[in-house]
Amino acid sequence: MKESHILNIETLGKTFSTSNGGSIEALRHVDLDVDENEFLCIVGPSGCGKSTLLRIVAGLEQMTKGRILRRGLEITGAHRDVGMVFQEYSLLPWRNVLDNVALGPEFAGAPKKARRETALACLRLVGMESFSRAFPHELSGGMRQRVAIARALANNPDILLMDEPFGALDAHTRILMQKELLRVWEAHRKTILFVTHGVDEAIYLADRILVMSARPGRIIDIFNVDMPRPRRRSDPVYGQLAEKILNLLEKEAALSFGG
Amino acid sequence: MRWKSFFLTAGMYLIIPALFLICWHVAARQVQNEVILPGIGQVAGLLRHPAQDLISMGSLAANVGISLVRVLAGYLLAVMLAVPLGIVMGYYRPVFKLLNGFLSLFRPIPPLAWVPLVLAWFGVASLASVMKVESGPSYIFLNNLKFSMIFIIFIGAFYPVLTSSIHGVANVRRILLDSAHVLGAGRRDIFRKILLPAAAPSIVNGMRIGLGVAWMCLVSAEMLPGSLSGVGYLITHAYTMANTDIVIAGMISIGLVGAGLDLVFRLWEEKKFAWTRMAR
Ligand SMILES: Nc1ncnc2c1ncn2[C@@H]1O[C@H](COP(=O)(O)OP(=O)(O)OP(=O)(O)O)[C@@H](O)[C@H]1O
Ligand SMILES: [Mg+2]
Repeated sequence: MKESHILNIETLGKTFSTSNGGSIEALRHVDLDVDENEFLCIVGPSGCGKSTLLRIVAGLEQMTKGRILRRGLEITGAHRDVGMVFQEYSLLPWRNVLDNVALGPEFAGAPKKARRETALACLRLVGMESFSRAFPHELSGGMRQRVAIARALANNPDILLMDEPFGALDAHTRILMQKELLRVWEAHRKTILFVTHGVDEAIYLADRILVMSARPGRIIDIFNVDMPRPRRRSDPVYGQLAEKILNLLEKEAALSFGG
Repeated sequence: MRWKSFFLTAGMYLIIPALFLICWHVAARQVQNEVILPGIGQVAGLLRHPAQDLISMGSLAANVGISLVRVLAGYLLAVMLAVPLGIVMGYYRPVFKLLNGFLSLFRPIPPLAWVPLVLAWFGVASLASVMKVESGPSYIFLNNLKFSMIFIIFIGAFYPVLTSSIHGVANVRRILLDSAHVLGAGRRDIFRKILLPAAAPSIVNGMRIGLGVAWMCLVSAEMLPGSLSGVGYLITHAYTMANTDIVIAGMISIGLVGAGLDLVFRLWEEKKFAWTRMAR
């Protein structure tokens, strides 16, 4: 274990038992060390266990094999220092935006004034402070995702797990959100594990890109992205890297279709 | 234009009741027997003066009042037990498995079927006998709250509230619980800040149905021995004295109060749970 590793994932395996008595192996032998302040993207075919991996790191799901260390200590359950933005819509519909974002500090027992201030600051970070009184159903999909990000940030976690947070956005909004996320990441130095379907998105954001195999999910390759930020999509390195990863993914997708 | 549409909607609401009253009037004219069907005027007269003493039975208003207190006592007891129990059963699978089979055995039993047992257990004991109050106005009040009646009403309200609480909690989206866990919620937070509000629309809906059932159990409860007041008593007693007008006035009061309570719940639901309609 190196000093700078914030997360060590060791021979992680996960097998679900299904309701009809069978079992599904979602993850097999995943080994991964994540550096402090690293931006790590995870790509892989649908159903390969990306969400499962994040859920296990978040402490929401039990692993069946291996272990995960966070700063040298084994993960046993959910922890406030590990934040998560989910693939699905996850705001509490009966609370307004501000009270949703204040949830983490509220659980931590922060006084009302302090948690309002924290929540407002986080909303400002994602450009949503003018909607603090709105209810989730009054927001668009992209705005909800921004609020969900603000909510995760309000706990000031050092690891942020993001499960296709921009998956439902149109291309233009997605690019804006990517910029915003990089800004937050650079300003607040967090370790981010970011799952995405978009290879383009991964190359734009990540320090390293982890490519997973079809189910059972294994790591089949890791790419370092050595381009200075802000990255230009017209950069030739960009295109070459995208092609390499896409080729790899295409093979995997064919495998998972073939059986 | 606005006035026209106002009268149109008002007319829509009133047309059936008006037809009903006309039929009643015509029928009463034909029958000419006030034990079988008293005239509208006679019943309306009773309803117009609810505070007026009816022979040996107290006034309509007082009897409705005492019935309300009884129903609320049994109902609140049922809510206080069924809501927490339902939440726990909805959230913890083992608790559900442990209790559900047993509770389901009692669910189909009509509240009225409990009467013999209830009488054997409680007889005519009331809150007054437990609290050892033996005279004065508080005695009269407490003695009206017989355990047997409260039990019947309790049974009636218990199951709708329990069932809807279980369903409300069991149907809370898992992602809401997951995100709360990740944000650092403890067990108390999960119950108070996620499960309870998320299940609240369903719970309140169950409370509304439960109150309706409780109110319907009223007459059966007030027919129990030892009962000397309440609308149910008023109706059965008036029947034995062939005062059909009082019977009908009592029935109408039950209907009005029941509908009024239901309306309060509906307004509450609409005000508080607007998000359930929007959040689709
Ligand atoms: N609770 C569960 N019970 C049984 N099987 C599960 C459960 N959760 C996930 N799985 C299975 O595990 C596999 C991985 O699921 P996961 O959600 O992690 O995939 P994913 O990589 O996130 O897919 P996508 O890109 O479509 O979101 C899938 O085959 C899924 O059917
Ligand atoms: Mg997923």
